[in-house]
Amino acid sequence: MTRKTESVPAPTRRRLSWNDPATRALLYQVIVVGLVGFVVWYLVSNTLHNLAVRNISTGFGFLGREAGFAIGESPVAYTPADTYGRAVWVGLLNTLRVSIIGIILATLLGTLIGIARLSKNWLVSGVASVYVEVMRNIPLLLQLFFWYAIITESMPGPRQALEPLPGVFISNRGLLMPSLQGDAIDWILGGLGVAIVLVLLVAHWARKRQAATGQIFPLGSVSIALLLALPLAGWMASGAELNVDVPVLKGFNFAGGIALSPEFTALLAGLVIYTSAFIAEVVRSGIQAVGQGQWEAANALGLPRARALRLVILPQALRVIIPPMTSQYLNLTKNSSLAVAIGYPDIVSVVNTTLNQTGQAIEGILIIMAAYLTVSLSISIFMNWYNKRIALVER
Amino acid sequence: MKLQKALVIGASVLCFGATAHAGETFDAVKKKGFVQCGVHTGLPGFGIANSKGEWEGIDVDLCKAVAAAVFGDSTKYKTTPVTTQQRFTALQSGEVDVLTRNTTATLTRDTTLGLMSTGINYYDSQGIMVKKELGITSAKELDTATVCVQPGTTTELNLADWFRANGLKFTPVVINSPDEAMRSYEGGRCDAFTTDKSGLATVRTTLPNPDDHVILPEDFSKEPLGPMVRQGDDEWFMVVRWALNAMLEAEEYGITSQNVDEMVKSDNPNIQRILGASGEMGKGMGIDNKWAYNIIKQVGNYGESFERNIGMSSPMKLERGLNAQWKDGGLMYGWPIR
Repeated sequence: MTRKTESVPAPTRRRLSWNDPATRALLYQVIVVGLVGFVVWYLVSNTLHNLAVRNISTGFGFLGREAGFAIGESPVAYTPADTYGRAVWVGLLNTLRVSIIGIILATLLGTLIGIARLSKNWLVSGVASVYVEVMRNIPLLLQLFFWYAIITESMPGPRQALEPLPGVFISNRGLLMPSLQGDAIDWILGGLGVAIVLVLLVAHWARKRQAATGQIFPLGSVSIALLLALPLAGWMASGAELNVDVPVLKGFNFAGGIALSPEFTALLAGLVIYTSAFIAEVVRSGIQAVGQGQWEAANALGLPRARALRLVILPQALRVIIPPMTSQYLNLTKNSSLAVAIGYPDIVSVVNTTLNQTGQAIEGILIIMAAYLTVSLSISIFMNWYNKRIALVER
Repeated sequence: MKLQKALVIGASVLCFGATAHAGETFDAVKKKGFVQCGVHTGLPGFGIANSKGEWEGIDVDLCKAVAAAVFGDSTKYKTTPVTTQQRFTALQSGEVDVLTRNTTATLTRDTTLGLMSTGINYYDSQGIMVKKELGITSAKELDTATVCVQPGTTTELNLADWFRANGLKFTPVVINSPDEAMRSYEGGRCDAFTTDKSGLATVRTTLPNPDDHVILPEDFSKEPLGPMVRQGDDEWFMVVRWALNAMLEAEEYGITSQNVDEMVKSDNPNIQRILGASGEMGKGMGIDNKWAYNIIKQVGNYGESFERNIGMSSPMKLERGLNAQWKDGGLMYGWPIR
């Protein structure tokens, strides 16, 4: 006896009754959204009411007022006559400056140490292990104080500054170097920008060509040649003038040239050394996650250990490495807020001063939260995109 | 945005009813039985922990005076050390009842923070300290110098203003804790250190060679230092203001913690009113009539507090200067208790 299974026709109209699961789901969602909205409205209105009753000013109008305080170092021009808004912007630029350079250096150092820990050389792997264990377990704030103390107390004063190279001075006011003045800078930076874009395009084209024909393109040497030649060409095009601004001791400090302040250096050193210990472990775990069979296969193909690592293991290890690496980058960015302890004017330090002078604590904290959220989300989005790109597409 | 804010505030006022905050802090303090004071984290003479871990200084004495006025017992207080960056938020949020932390009274602080200054317990000015070996005699020679300063203070603003007004340049090194700032100055990271002149004198005593440092003569600003309370509580404001006044009046009439018991029997009607032997001065403030007697007996008058903490018999050796009584040419002028 055969039974024919009849297909049940799908309902063509949603029934608006309690029995319909879709209706129930919709109702629950409306209730939850309404509750959340009510809680948010209540909190905001209660806060505004309390602030008004206590006569504390609210609103972001203070960002247009004159700041009145000076900032120790700033990548853009800033004077105490500028607005609070500009001061906050300078703080954000300082945070970005130390975070981006810190991320790049920490990644390089961390990867090296992670690979070193897997070395067959007993001394190399021992030193790497000791480094990781020590640096991971000392609180970052103590490390920052340590580096700051070393830099400011062991370096001589500006009048007795060391001069290892003509025009380069090292003192407890920082590392000063001669800088180029005039239009030459813009042409050189322009050349550098064009070179970077060209390198990326050439790399893309070389990868395609290798996939199609198997020919290897000497990308490394070509990139270096481009990165050196194009800025040089830019400088030539701008008139080939060498307008160097050498730092000169005037009064108490050096005038001219560009400086790396002790605060920036101490913060960078502390963040890079601390975070690189964590990144080393992430890299090591990624490499060890790749199956032993891959090493043996690479060996069987005759690849030496270094090339096997670079061409076979690391691309596969990257999939395991990228998500925890994203966390480490975000940690580094947020840890840069410890700068306030050693006097580096990052965004937390500047906004703290602002909220103290204006009394508007809530707006100040909101600004800091928004800044860190934006920076962190940007890093996350970029890393997630990269992760997707290199992910193994499994059938 | 303004309309929206007005609607929201209107709606919430209807919801919560008219909230009159008069007396809120005063009632809360009386109910909990002690005064919570915000004090300095560590400034010798003004607010610093002694070897037993208790806070002492002229600001802490004022806190004790408020406790004596409200409860009759100057030990009914607790101290919360706050940094320059936390002090106003601590008072605004209710974490402390009164801020006795050598805070300068300014217009912005009185009008935009929801706080009020109750009076001045120390008239000061901002100064700058440099090492003697630099051979500098005037702050006008400090062009391009690096100066250590603490964040979120009028010091920071005055420093920028003064250098700008005189057409000089400087680089600030902004460090949160005063100890770290002093260490940076001493280690040579900064050429100069700036704060109120009383602060400069007191921290100089903590340096290994105090005579190697000189405080330059220029006054960068006026710094009238005094306690602050929240707006909206007039009763509490009165108590804090008149506690300080009692100490000033007592010094003017020669009442000290040693002779206060004899002074109670005095024939001078002013002294009788101050000490509660006649009149009902305490009733209008909602406190005991012997409020001033308790303050003077347990804490002392202004002169005693000054001498013991920062005067010539203390390591700070600050002269009365502007803080002498008006009869001695200073600015301390107690309001009459009558």
